[in-house]
Amino acid sequence: MLQLTSVTKVYPNGVHALERFSAEIQLGEIIAIIGGSGCGKSTLLRAVAGLDRASAGTVTLDGETITAPHPKVGIIFQEPRLLPWLTVADNIGFGLSELPAAERRERVARALDRVGLADKAKVWPRELSGGQAQRVAIARALVAQPEVLLLDEPFSALDAFTRKDLQDHLLDLWADTRPTLVLVTHDVEEAVVLADRVLVMRPHPGRLFEEITINLSRPRDRNAPLFDQFKRHVLTALDRSLDRTVPDAQGRREPGGGLWW
Amino acid sequence: MTMTVELQAPAVATPQTARAPWLTRLARPLLGLLLPLSLALAWELLVWAGWSNGRLVPPPSKVFTTIADLARSGELTRHIVTTLSRVGIGFGLGVAAGTLLGGICGYWRMARRLVDPTIQALRAIPSIAWVPLFILWLGIFETSKVALIAVGVFFPVYLGLTGAILSVDRKIVEVGRIFRLSGPAMIRRILLPAVLPAYVVSLRVGLGLGWMFVVAAEFMGASEGLGYLLIDGQQLGKPAQIVAAIVIFAIIGKATDWLLEIATAPLLRWQDSFARQSGAA
Repeated sequence: MLQLTSVTKVYPNGVHALERFSAEIQLGEIIAIIGGSGCGKSTLLRAVAGLDRASAGTVTLDGETITAPHPKVGIIFQEPRLLPWLTVADNIGFGLSELPAAERRERVARALDRVGLADKAKVWPRELSGGQAQRVAIARALVAQPEVLLLDEPFSALDAFTRKDLQDHLLDLWADTRPTLVLVTHDVEEAVVLADRVLVMRPHPGRLFEEITINLSRPRDRNAPLFDQFKRHVLTALDRSLDRTVPDAQGRREPGGGLWW
Repeated sequence: MTMTVELQAPAVATPQTARAPWLTRLARPLLGLLLPLSLALAWELLVWAGWSNGRLVPPPSKVFTTIADLARSGELTRHIVTTLSRVGIGFGLGVAAGTLLGGICGYWRMARRLVDPTIQALRAIPSIAWVPLFILWLGIFETSKVALIAVGVFFPVYLGLTGAILSVDRKIVEVGRIFRLSGPAMIRRILLPAVLPAYVVSLRVGLGLGWMFVVAAEFMGASEGLGYLLIDGQQLGKPAQIVAAIVIFAIIGKATDWLLEIATAPLLRWQDSFARQSGAA
């Protein structure tokens, strides 16, 4: 279980990026975090990844406090961030250097096969398309078998068709080992198609505004009326979160006042 | 009207490019030789026709005879070996010092703050200005010459390496952090490959400066070497020998740069270079 308790981040320049954010995320859940710019969603993700320390509050995974990158936590960034001097196969195996070579090769081959890029093993990253490169990044994160996979707007740089394709592919891969997914996005449809719960955040300072549970069975039909209804729900929440006249109704709960906010 | 013109244009161009791709590939480097060769030929003809005596500007044939004579007597090999070994040792020392200090200053902010301002100040001094001091300190023989070349090589290598380390993409470093690389592993698996392209460029710049400085070094009282051939040619009024030495400098300088390029090419195979793209086109 991933537990965030009153996570607060104040940057040295005085910007309150995140204000007392608490959440409890069960193993295997898919959480989408959505919100306007400056609502601290990327800050939150970086704190969970252990890349940045929170100013106050704690992030714990199975009771273990996260202060630095954790072997059970993987992350996929907005850009693929492949190492240009390594082949696709070596990029995927980058985090497996402690495994014996034979096992590493086998796991990399399986991951390549799983993301449908088996024929690209010996290719340099520069020869890949944007969608292919992001799939390699997904394989690189998943091959380490993380318990929690963080995704920071992973498909926002891709065209609409590739994006939809990769969203479905991600769900497919998720079903293999069912890790916890925490996805930061600004795409309402993406949030509704992927997530069990959508957390809508509001900016200045970044905090939780509303939580929406998407109890639709998978695979989800993007054209179903119910899907549309959820989309509208999230969109309305998003609009309200950016309207300064709307008071914090849902988000401002004191810790202990209800772990499920 | 415009449509027809636009449609016709590629139709005209296609047979032209399809005719002989090997011919254009062969002709392209030859194109660059056209100007120098025709100038040389023109000068040769002018001198041959007696319109100029070619005493101060020797015709190509005379330069080649001089090179052939020097080669036959074994003198040429001796001069080349001397100069090459000076450049080799000076380059080696300069690269070693530049890499060591550049690496340390690039990696540790504290070292950079302590050392870098001094190095930048020293860099502002024209390196030739060191010559009198080097002669006083190290004598007029090999040591001072090698030291001058090493100084010339040091700065581009140092600057290139510190700059390259400082400009390594933070996003790539974060990938290393996510996979919990230790300090040495981060250097070996992320920083080293990331700085390599810029480092190779700085090595090539350094080598070029090494060749520049060997001439300066050999001007200060050498008894052999290609720079000595230049001075000797000037003092004894042998312009053909000067031009011969210049030609040999150009050939060997280009050859060593080419060797360096070839030696480092396998390390940079992954690069998406503009040169390779246009070469493939």
